[in-house]
Amino acid sequence: MEHLVNFWPLLGVAVITVAFILRINPMLAIIAALLTAGFAAQLSLVKILELIGSGFLKTRNLTLLTLLPLAVVGLMERHGLRERAQALITEFNQMTCAKLLISYLFLRQLTASIGLTSLGGQPQMIRPIVAPMVEAIALKQNSQLSDKSREELKALAAATDNIGLFFGEDIFVAFGAVALIATFMHEHNVHIELLSIALWGIPTAIFALLIHSARIYSVQRKLLPTQIVIKTEKN
Amino acid sequence: MLFTINQFYIIVGVLLATIAIFTLLDKTHPKRLTSSIFWLIYALIFLVGNYLSEALVGIMVIAMALLAGSGKVIGGKHQQPNLTQRQQDAKRFGNKLFIPAVTIPLVAVVATLLPKGFSIGNLQIIDPKSATIIGVGIGCILALFIGAAITKSRPTQGIHEARRLLDALSWAIVLPQMLAMLGLVFSASGVDKAVGAALTNYINLDYKLVAVLIYVLGMALFTIIMGNAFVAFPIIMGGVGIPILISHFGANPAMVAAIGMLSGYCGTLMTPMAANFNIIPAALLELQDRNLVIKTQIPSGIGILLANLILLYILI
Repeated sequence: MEHLVNFWPLLGVAVITVAFILRINPMLAIIAALLTAGFAAQLSLVKILELIGSGFLKTRNLTLLTLLPLAVVGLMERHGLRERAQALITEFNQMTCAKLLISYLFLRQLTASIGLTSLGGQPQMIRPIVAPMVEAIALKQNSQLSDKSREELKALAAATDNIGLFFGEDIFVAFGAVALIATFMHEHNVHIELLSIALWGIPTAIFALLIHSARIYSVQRKLLPTQIVIKTEKN
Repeated sequence: MLFTINQFYIIVGVLLATIAIFTLLDKTHPKRLTSSIFWLIYALIFLVGNYLSEALVGIMVIAMALLAGSGKVIGGKHQQPNLTQRQQDAKRFGNKLFIPAVTIPLVAVVATLLPKGFSIGNLQIIDPKSATIIGVGIGCILALFIGAAITKSRPTQGIHEARRLLDALSWAIVLPQMLAMLGLVFSASGVDKAVGAALTNYINLDYKLVAVLIYVLGMALFTIIMGNAFVAFPIIMGGVGIPILISHFGANPAMVAAIGMLSGYCGTLMTPMAANFNIIPAALLELQDRNLVIKTQIPSGIGILLANLILLYILI
């Protein structure tokens, strides 16, 4: 009965979902989920092991982008990179967390949209430079900042990098996703230009900029009630 | 070819093997033997993975997962670099400290902008298949030497610093690969076919609103499950996009495709399965709550998804 779809492998999805909710160690959860899906699809143990091995080898490039910057980032942090970033940003009197993060979001989208996706990134930009800057300004805006609020602001910096990257890179004609779309559509006899796929990414990109900017403002309003106005007036 | 991605696998493999040795020699480390074995297996997969049978690598991966999953892999204790020293250095070196941070993207940009197949003589410089990663890799190594020159330290100090940061991440560094691999195994087991069939066979797609809803939400949901919009796209596009939205409702294919992929990206913002974007940053920032980045992204993700839904409904 080849035409009947086998729904049992969905059990694998159920396993990983339940495990994430129950906060079971993700490494064990992944092994349990892939064994479940594999056996439900009636794959042999050897076949499953081969899939694990080839999948893990194929995805080694994911780890490169995190690991390679660590040596230089660690070295510069030891010699005061974060402290310098904080000193630099607090020289701007009018700077707020929202202004900094929205400018970063816009620049990240803009540069990604012309293919410069490596201007930014979590290990080399957010951890050593942007997150410390956000913390320093936040402390200026609200000296009573709790540790929890501090964490929320750091997470917001990381989120801003992701959103800027995702909703910028898709506008770039030579980006892999655009080529992947065109190839898939071509195979199904729908012929579209790379450029028109890229251009149709722009409306969503604009909404992403507006929506996440609003989000940044709302976090700022929640965590950093407006003290800065009074402070600058005093000067 | 002068630069290929395999060379950077070797570099990372050597780095991981060095860390395995340092961990083994670290007498203050509470679980130094098992932690060291974990890093050694990971190093071997980078160093000689291409020459091992896939099933053997599979067994090694399961061994790593069991070691990490049973709490036998933890980071060593490191002294944070002294704060007053850091502040003095920050004053002393000033904005020169940013030069290495700028070097990485600069080199990466040059590598990506080189014309495809750029060569000197008969020697092609960069493998065009992974130009960005190779560019970042060359940039990182150059930046390390520049950084060492600026701060008057030895480049090998970078290895100790890498170990300090890597110990903070500990086994979480493997999560992106584990989850991406899980996505591939799900695909091979037919999870994608099952979800596609469930979405398209049991729902009446004759109403434009229902079709648009299933298409946009399907992309996001599927990406949340598989952790990768590129896996979701062919299933949902083949199941709903082409037959219903494009053929039946006559929508502009480029628009449907672009908005569909970006709806998948909204899913990426909301799933722990995309660990390199969502879990690793939380670990890099040393956040107490590993899910805080996802939690922060969910409101924006839902907002952008709604915008896509409205855009697509109006434009068809």
